[in-house]
Amino acid sequence: MKMVQIKDLVHRYFRRDDDDNIIETIEAIAGVNMDIEKGQFIAVLGHNGSGKSSLAKHINGLLQPAEGAVYVKGMNTSSEEEIWRIRQSAGIVLQNPDNQIIGNIVEEDVAFGPENIGVPTQDIWTRVAESLEAVGMEAFRMSSPNRLSGGQKQRVAIAGILAMEPECIILDEPTAMLDPKGREDVIRTIHRLNKEKAITIILITHKMDEVVDADKVFVMDHGKVVMSGTPREVFSDVEKMKTYRLEVPHAAELAYELRKEGIPLSETIMTKEELVEALCQLS
Amino acid sequence: MSIKLENVSYQYRDSKRRPALSHVSLEIKKGEFIGIAGHTGSGKSTLIQHFNGLIQPTKGTVLFDGKNIHEQGYSLKELRGKVGLSFQYPEHQLFEVSVFEDVCFGPKNLGLPRDEIEKRAKEALDLVGMDEKYHEKSPFELSGGQKRRVAIAGILAMEPEYFILDEPTAGLDPVGRDRILQLLKKLHEEKGITIILVTHSMEEIADYVDRILVMDQGRLRFDDAPSEVFKHKAELEQMGLSVPFYSFLVDELVQRGYFGKNAEVSAITLQQAKDVILKNWKRNQKL
Amino acid sequence: MMREITIGQYYRADSVIHKLDPRTKIMGTILFIISLFIGKSIPAYVVSVILLAVVIKISTVPFSYMVRGLKAVFAILMFSLVINMFFIPGDVIVDFGFADISREGVQTAVFMAIRLVFLILGSSMMTLTTTPNQLTDGMEKLLNPLKKIKIPVHEIAMMMSIALRFIPILTEELDKIMKAQMARGAEYDQGNLIKKIKSVVPVLVPLFISSVRRANDLAMAMESRCYHGGEGRTKMKPLLYEKRDYISYALILGYLAIMIAIRIRM
Repeated sequence: MKMVQIKDLVHRYFRRDDDDNIIETIEAIAGVNMDIEKGQFIAVLGHNGSGKSSLAKHINGLLQPAEGAVYVKGMNTSSEEEIWRIRQSAGIVLQNPDNQIIGNIVEEDVAFGPENIGVPTQDIWTRVAESLEAVGMEAFRMSSPNRLSGGQKQRVAIAGILAMEPECIILDEPTAMLDPKGREDVIRTIHRLNKEKAITIILITHKMDEVVDADKVFVMDHGKVVMSGTPREVFSDVEKMKTYRLEVPHAAELAYELRKEGIPLSETIMTKEELVEALCQLS
Repeated sequence: MSIKLENVSYQYRDSKRRPALSHVSLEIKKGEFIGIAGHTGSGKSTLIQHFNGLIQPTKGTVLFDGKNIHEQGYSLKELRGKVGLSFQYPEHQLFEVSVFEDVCFGPKNLGLPRDEIEKRAKEALDLVGMDEKYHEKSPFELSGGQKRRVAIAGILAMEPEYFILDEPTAGLDPVGRDRILQLLKKLHEEKGITIILVTHSMEEIADYVDRILVMDQGRLRFDDAPSEVFKHKAELEQMGLSVPFYSFLVDELVQRGYFGKNAEVSAITLQQAKDVILKNWKRNQKL
Repeated sequence: MMREITIGQYYRADSVIHKLDPRTKIMGTILFIISLFIGKSIPAYVVSVILLAVVIKISTVPFSYMVRGLKAVFAILMFSLVINMFFIPGDVIVDFGFADISREGVQTAVFMAIRLVFLILGSSMMTLTTTPNQLTDGMEKLLNPLKKIKIPVHEIAMMMSIALRFIPILTEELDKIMKAQMARGAEYDQGNLIKKIKSVVPVLVPLFISSVRRANDLAMAMESRCYHGGEGRTKMKPLLYEKRDYISYALILGYLAIMIAIRIRM
């Protein structure tokens, strides 16, 4: 069974005037189809306002489709009976770490999810310990979230989702408010969860360097999926990426610029090592 | 004409930890374009708040055009008109019903006549590229990039000589980011405003600035031209700062002997890297 | 930094009092306060002092911490002292002409003051040895029977604990907003009252909008973590009475009995 299946999804929101008349209908998602297999590391790229955040919320059932449907492990997100099971299997981490931490102590926050789904007390303790260890935050379990850095808070938020033992984690621009060190820690953590625990990861971002190690990339623009494929496939088309207001990895960008000047470099170059190697080969 | 810090230290009142700033001395001259880099907690935010007197140093003095700004009778309000500071989140300053009124807030506080206020607000909004059709909009309806530009206009309308910006590009996509950086470049070149840009990504500012101050643990660690600062790769990495990719790349090419033996080549930006590689390529082609 | 400010006045230590179930401490404090109104004589207050002194000693909270709470209510204390002294009629002992002090007045005033001081010391004892979280947990469990009359006890407790989490965040944000507006030339302590009130608007609007946005985010985060009210919820740290709690209840009830006995004999 597919982990996540999105079929012809449409999401609309309305702008209203002072009398509550609809003056504008905006299609944040305009017919998206996506199949995500278990255990994959998926990246969804798009500039601000491309509809990628709405997509994330649909998978968790926080938004309901105007048209089409979203299935998580075969369960329809618009079914009320299944919604809690869906949220337990596909957890979401949001952009601002401050606004999603509920507990006043790290361990109490991590316990929040399991408490909600009625896990017995003894199991909560094991789950909290395991989840904090998985994100490398066990040393902070008695700390107040207010004393943590942004990256640490975000890892606590991930632990909070992990403690519900999900099969899939959706991360909606988890690094947008973090400094480089925090970003690196968070990205490393989710890669580890993907590899070691086989958790399906859906990473929503506009930062290309977070995407290079993904199994598959979807590029969104104006509510539609406009490109998809492996990172290498997607990033080889530098010109096209730029039209979607996105960047490509530095090495790919420089290779592209050099190619334009007539240096015969491969279109699949993505990393510094590859570019250095290719250049040295040529000379 | 300068902002000058002499041996400035600052300790947060109820904090027992190390001082947020210790013994910082520096001078920012009129007309410069400066980057301040440092990771979270390095003291860079505390530092910039000294420049317009939002924070009074625990030790040391802050001089503006040679005058101690914390002397009795010195008008900090006037100083804040000359040294504009825009914080990271535009949401922290936008509050008026319309974009236009919000931009008027600064000049209004300076006690200017209404027609002058409006003239300045209009000019400032023009400068940041927010034309008439946005003037009557609520600032809360705007996109992230637009909010940021309105916040910048709000400071520009005070016609500052110095303009400090704290992480003005955080959270923006590449297009939004380049637009802001281009705008700052324009302000610097055309209006002669001194720009002080705070960031934790040196990569981003390397293209624009002519001097970088690197803060670490409350101390000023480097104060030099970008090309000089980026020579200290190991130290910068240790401070949690990312060295520009192209600088690394070209270094590696040098090590591999790509540019020939003992060649002294370096680059910081994409353009520079492209130029040096291309030059080398063409030379090799001729051989 | 604003973050350094701790909410409540919890004093971290590892005493028996700290370890007691929060319900025991809440109930104990309530019973202690009741006892102060039962006992209205010097012997009764001597018993209360002894109890307080013993509890403070066991709790290892420095006395200076306890006194801090008193400073805040010093004005109220003085006010009630004066009012009681001058306005209760009885045997005049000092006559100022325009007002006089009576024996009954002095007695009531002094007793009132003692009661107030004890009351504050007693409740400070509770807040100093119990984290705000434990307090909300304890309240929730104690008030549980009220659910039967449709009072959303769980929701109220959840709101209190969320408020505790966000107060430091919002205080820090307030500080940032004030600075952002100061950088645009705003001043908060200048001019007359109207001007002062006006100067608060540029600070309150961004704070309000940010709070709404945070609340929205938080609601979403809670929903996505399967929060759907108190029903079917388990607890990581369920409240369970232990031996020390039963002993404490016994002691405080014994104390209450003594207070009642003194009252009857007087």
